[in-house]
Amino acid sequence: MKLTVNGVQHTIGAAPLTPLLHVLREELGITSPKAGCQQGGCGSCTVLVGGAPRRACLLPIAALDGAEVTTVEGLGTAEALSPIQAAFHEHYAAQCGFCTSGMVIAAHGYLEGGGSSERESIQKALAGHVCRCTGYVKIIDAVEAAAGGEVVANQRWLPQPGEEAPVEIPGAPA
Amino acid sequence: MTAPDVLQPSSPEEAVSLFEAGVTVIGGGTIVVPDMTSGRLRPEKAMLLTGAGLSGITRAGSRITIGATTPVSELVALPAPVGPCAANVADIEIRAQGTVGGNLCAGEGLEAPRGDLQGALLAVGATVRSAGAGGETTEPLEDFLPHRQDRLLLDVTFEEPSAGAFAPLIRPHTHDYTTLAVSAARAADGTLRLAVSGVAGHAVRLPGAEAKASDVEAAAGASPADVTFADDALASAWYRERTLPVLVRRALTQLQEDS
Repeated sequence: MKLTVNGVQHTIGAAPLTPLLHVLREELGITSPKAGCQQGGCGSCTVLVGGAPRRACLLPIAALDGAEVTTVEGLGTAEALSPIQAAFHEHYAAQCGFCTSGMVIAAHGYLEGGGSSERESIQKALAGHVCRCTGYVKIIDAVEAAAGGEVVANQRWLPQPGEEAPVEIPGAPA
Repeated sequence: MTAPDVLQPSSPEEAVSLFEAGVTVIGGGTIVVPDMTSGRLRPEKAMLLTGAGLSGITRAGSRITIGATTPVSELVALPAPVGPCAANVADIEIRAQGTVGGNLCAGEGLEAPRGDLQGALLAVGATVRSAGAGGETTEPLEDFLPHRQDRLLLDVTFEEPSAGAFAPLIRPHTHDYTTLAVSAARAADGTLRLAVSGVAGHAVRLPGAEAKASDVEAAAGASPADVTFADDALASAWYRERTLPVLVRRALTQLQEDS
């Protein structure tokens, strides 16, 4: 079967009921979707399938022949972050990082679907995602800012070779 | 563990011809795949319905037919109690992947009853078309539920009610199954049906409460006698028994306001 991941087409050899998560991580080496609970309950494996957020741990690979999958690696680059990635960076919305890929993908899907900047609406959209650091406030801050158009996409965040690393971390305590 | 033999029908007819009792049927995968990952389920033969052409909602006048592999998310726009009940299932991602057939047919889970949609579809008097031993049958959902494990659900049909209401307990977490939820609907011919999800086994009608529905308090008081309460990780039977009358009262009050 064929699967397109982040714009690259792959031929997949896994058994038909292998979860998409295992194919991404073990067969293709794409590790941003995390193997958390693997029961659909934590959200950390969430990827876009045909543009909509789905749990990679619940999808049998045979159900996806010809599908287009996008992971965090396909949203933006280190030099040109997508709006939601930039918002997570600006609002310091990642702590340990384990839930971040799933949160970013779900939030991306929410924004693409025209999601509003109302916090209650954002909470509903992210309800299936667990942050083990309990850093929900900053995550919702980030999505609120992105939904409200307060974040400039494509900003360059990482220092280039020869440049000093930035010392200011937006959102960090002074 | 040997990989199961996986059947992948490409039409409803092929799905019917390949189905036999004992085959593990996979709709969206939200129940079967994690059970296989954990090792709780080791099927010898599985049937994946993704390409079987069993998805979609069709309307013919006031008659609504929902294909077996229609995602739960597509029911959200349907009238109460079905729409609000679907909106209350799990989270955005699971609703978009889990199917109506899987939700109706799944057996009891490890920690709680499954089948969130059963109560709402009982309340609208849904009928189920299914295949299996003895061929294709169409029967009321309440007759289908006790032997659902032996059947391949093809679609569910109901007449749009003239009024509907859905009164659930708030879920402890979005991923919990229904702790307790009462659905009420008044059919176009005036028949009033009440059903409850989150009880032992599968959802059931509340005939004692229905008989007294003109008096909300009497119906609420009669409702616990209609039910065997689940006693599990989500709630004790004691708690459910005391909560059911409250939900029946809410559902009937909503229904009166909706009428």
